[in-house]
Amino acid sequence: MTQLLRLDGLNRAFGGRQALKDVTFDVAPGRLTGFVGANGAGKTTAMRIILGVLAADSGSVTWGGAHLTREHRRRFGYMPEERGLYPKMTIRDQLTYLGRLHGLTAGAVARNITGLVDRLGIGERADEQLEKLSLGNQQRAQIAAALVHEPELLVLDEPFSGLDPIAVDTVMAVLREQTARGVPVLFSSHQLDVVERLCDDLVVIGDGAILAAGRRDELRAAFTLPRYEIRVDGDAGWLRDQPGVTVVDLDGPRAVFDLAAGRENEAAGRENEAAGTEDQAVLREALARGPVRAFGPVAPSLAEIFREVAR
Amino acid sequence: MTTFDTVRLVAAREIRVKLRDKAFLWSTGIFLLIAIAGTVLPGIFAGGPQSVAVVAGPTATALTDAGLDVRTVADDAAAERLVRDGDVDAAVVAGPRVLAMDDEPDDVVEALSQQPAVQLLDPNAVDPVLAFLIPYAFGFVFFATSLTFGLQIAQSVTEEKQTRVVEILIATIPVRVLLAGKVIGGTVLAFGQLALITLVGMVGARLADAPDNVLSLLAPAIGWFIPFFVLGFVMLAALWAAAGALGNRQEDLAGASMPIQIAVMLPFIAVIVLQDNQTAMTIMSYLPVSAPTAMPARLFADDAAAWEPVLSLGILALTAVAMVFVGARIYEGSLLRTNGRTKMATAWRDREAARLVG
Repeated sequence: MTQLLRLDGLNRAFGGRQALKDVTFDVAPGRLTGFVGANGAGKTTAMRIILGVLAADSGSVTWGGAHLTREHRRRFGYMPEERGLYPKMTIRDQLTYLGRLHGLTAGAVARNITGLVDRLGIGERADEQLEKLSLGNQQRAQIAAALVHEPELLVLDEPFSGLDPIAVDTVMAVLREQTARGVPVLFSSHQLDVVERLCDDLVVIGDGAILAAGRRDELRAAFTLPRYEIRVDGDAGWLRDQPGVTVVDLDGPRAVFDLAAGRENEAAGRENEAAGTEDQAVLREALARGPVRAFGPVAPSLAEIFREVAR
Repeated sequence: MTTFDTVRLVAAREIRVKLRDKAFLWSTGIFLLIAIAGTVLPGIFAGGPQSVAVVAGPTATALTDAGLDVRTVADDAAAERLVRDGDVDAAVVAGPRVLAMDDEPDDVVEALSQQPAVQLLDPNAVDPVLAFLIPYAFGFVFFATSLTFGLQIAQSVTEEKQTRVVEILIATIPVRVLLAGKVIGGTVLAFGQLALITLVGMVGARLADAPDNVLSLLAPAIGWFIPFFVLGFVMLAALWAAAGALGNRQEDLAGASMPIQIAVMLPFIAVIVLQDNQTAMTIMSYLPVSAPTAMPARLFADDAAAWEPVLSLGILALTAVAMVFVGARIYEGSLLRTNGRTKMATAWRDREAARLVG
């Protein structure tokens, strides 16, 4: 049964270094939660504590409100940052072994493997030794190893690193299948564009502390600036003289600009609602000068949000 | 799924991987061939009864009664010709004289001799050659098997560490269950291979008509050797696994396992060198590292009282329990340390695994 995974006030030190500081966040059922942060920020440590590979100094991890036990964890799926399976075993043999260690019967494991290797595109390689496979296919086998027992929670440390774009799509589709069955999925990634496309929720960690956590669209809204992009036919240089407009970038007919009114509104906590009139004024001015090919607010990319919170 | 089921799964994988390993299958095959050659071939080369040519008469009857292959011929010349042609081993001609080419036909001479009655006062005493060979055999079997299969346990642990699959395993099952599976898998393999070779050797000896008293003398020593072997192997197996966990790559293994290799090698050499020294053998038959070799050897030589193997086995069992504990703690403390070789003291102090329990 899938549940809500909650990390509550986790602390962990290695030697004198505090690797996790009061880490608190949720991984909700049926949602893909992206876990981003710089190298050494504490992603892997947090994941290892969830899986019971490391102990926390204080704080708790709960599953549907109950303290995590080994029996719960046995039904979790995990893909560690440092990859590895048995090089001399065939894909099928090692998936069978891992599936059985997770408590599945031989019959159930065999059924799961057949479906899984086909979906991951390594069906024809299933009876080859791992070391005979290309690195990309080894990576797919690694993902299969995390999924073979139909886990109730998935924790994937950098699942997309080393994958070509097609494999990224395949793995994304497979992860979507998991959330469709209600599984909470937590994955870390350096590839912010991938996280941006994929995740429902986002957790940003920096230097062991959670910097931001929540739904991706809410986070994005919270970090949206009153910034607009415009594309006209002529030169957009006139924007510089427009009152209340700060040009961020100008390249002939294309310009990116901030609205001062929006800034003030944001400072006042009203975000960019009132900017509605300011931006319309700029648009009218542009139309008066000629055709407008594009006009709209610029949503911050995840990379920008990340840079913002990690500052 | 119970802990026992999980241990069984781990052990089964260890065994299955080994049974598909060509190097392992070849070496087992070669050991079996040696066992067959060692027991069957001497019988074949010894050949059947000697053949002897003789003129029909009382001499021929006496030779037939002695179980020899008697060929009756018309006269002494014909008998001699058969010898020269190599058709028979020997001939008995008038005199009586015994003719042979280059080998004295002892059986023929014996059949024609009047021998005094012989009474053996200790009919079961051990052939001195065997008395020397048997301790050597016990020592070699224990030494070779625990070194080979111990090293295999260590390699299997290092492989899991080196390939990083260990993190998935540890996230799934308790560290001690993984260790128990490896030790049991290794023990089953070691004992299985040994049992197979012994069985083939014994069947071969039986087919080749080895003297019955050797087998019946060996039986109790082998009977005791089995529990000593198993406990002695288990005592070291957890330490082998610990050595495997201390290393980070297969290359680290030679250094990390050196103390255990010495603990296996020294007793073997000591038992061979000191086998005539009763005091040394008595002491060694109680020391856990040498008991699996020395005690069965003393039993074979009939030097030990009935209670002695029981006491020695008890000491060995207690030591094995302690060593499994030590091995498990080092194993737990070093298994997830993947940057370079772990020092034994560091591994011993690492209590991460203990914090995770519960």
